[in-house]
Amino acid sequence: MAQSLNYLKETPSQTAGPYVHIGLAPGAAGFDIYTQELGWDIAGPNAKGERIRVEGLVIDGTGSPIKDVMLEAWQANAAGVYAHPEGGGDVEEGFRGWGRVITDFATGEWGFDTVKPGRTPGRNVGTQAPHINLWIVARGINLGLNTRVYFEDEAEANAADPVLNLIEWERRRATLIAKRTERDGTPVYRFEIRIQGEDETVFFDI
Amino acid sequence: MPSQGEFYQRDRERHPPAYTRDYKTSVARSPQYSAISLQNSVSEITGPVFGHNDIDPMDRDLLHNYAQPGESAIGERIILHGRVLDENARPVPNTLVEIWQANAGGRYRHKKDTYLAPIDPNFGGCGRTITDADGYYYFRTVKPGAYPWRNWVNSWRPAHIHVSVFGTGFAQRLISQVYFEGDPLIAKCPIVKTIPNQDAIDSLVALLDMNATIPLDSIAYKFDIVLRGRRSTLFENRLEGN
Ligand SMILES: [Fe+2]
Repeated sequence: MAQSLNYLKETPSQTAGPYVHIGLAPGAAGFDIYTQELGWDIAGPNAKGERIRVEGLVIDGTGSPIKDVMLEAWQANAAGVYAHPEGGGDVEEGFRGWGRVITDFATGEWGFDTVKPGRTPGRNVGTQAPHINLWIVARGINLGLNTRVYFEDEAEANAADPVLNLIEWERRRATLIAKRTERDGTPVYRFEIRIQGEDETVFFDI
Repeated sequence: MPSQGEFYQRDRERHPPAYTRDYKTSVARSPQYSAISLQNSVSEITGPVFGHNDIDPMDRDLLHNYAQPGESAIGERIILHGRVLDENARPVPNTLVEIWQANAGGRYRHKKDTYLAPIDPNFGGCGRTITDADGYYYFRTVKPGAYPWRNWVNSWRPAHIHVSVFGTGFAQRLISQVYFEGDPLIAKCPIVKTIPNQDAIDSLVALLDMNATIPLDSIAYKFDIVLRGRRSTLFENRLEGN
């Protein structure tokens, strides 16, 4: 027998199931239990930068919207700083950079308001294009799916982004670029997430 | 500048694959392409920070957090407790742990749950807490009931509590389910069996912990949660500068 390395093993994942809302977004699911629910305000009132909305659908392998998804967003502020001790500096008071939303039970639409993030440092050198990290869980998803939202109007930064460039199939990179439109003067980025099938969204093992 | 390196690679042999035919809902909700493996950048090393001001201490007591004054939830009163650790066996302090569950009859307080077992007017079914300096957490609740679900005609979920944990980096984000020692439904459950490794399945089964019971009040189950560990920066595997 040899020695033991004595590392612990990560707890295995299980699906969030159909009732994830009551645990993580009970107010949105229709019952008030907590005086303050977490994740409703990503940027806070003091964040600098452009106020935007990001929205879309999550579409399954049959082409149908999934109506019981929960998504979490994690992003830097407009200066490219994450609200974390290792995030690269200080952020505005009230900027958390994290939020969660559920899809509409009837339509499958999701959306959140935030500020557009800035460029962040690359892993070794250079910078990453502005992006929002997403984590997607639902009934039928056994391990949360990680992806990134990039922005159509950041073509130059996107072309140099080390993560987008890691995707061998250039055609698939387009699945991570949100399309910019405008509604009532606010930029709205449309980001459809295709879990399976044609134009399947790129997911990352992070 | 990160004080430590990247997270250890996830051991995919201990997690369920995306496509698990016997858990039918996964079939149309599983990506067909492989996920693209990323070495961690600041986007993955960091994650949301929560404080004790974000929650109310009462949030961890499901016996009372939705009950009328002077009343409490119906069912077998239990304590669910344990520690959040990383793969280096270090405690993960100040991290948010959230749970949700069915009531003692197996019914969720959710508009999509139409099981004929009754709603308990004094039970909401969700709770949350933040780990202490030792990574320790506890909840007071009732043991959830088993419930039927539409997979095969006669499919029943073992008693379980859903659990969500953050850690310090977004790469550690995890949702899982806690099962209870001795439940014969565990071995029959298609969702449990999405996990391809028996040792990993066993790590989701909470043990009866007589040392933590409150005599004449509640019995206890112990459930430790392990999140991904991080490399040290002792050697040349640093995140920055190489
Ligand atoms: Fe459940």
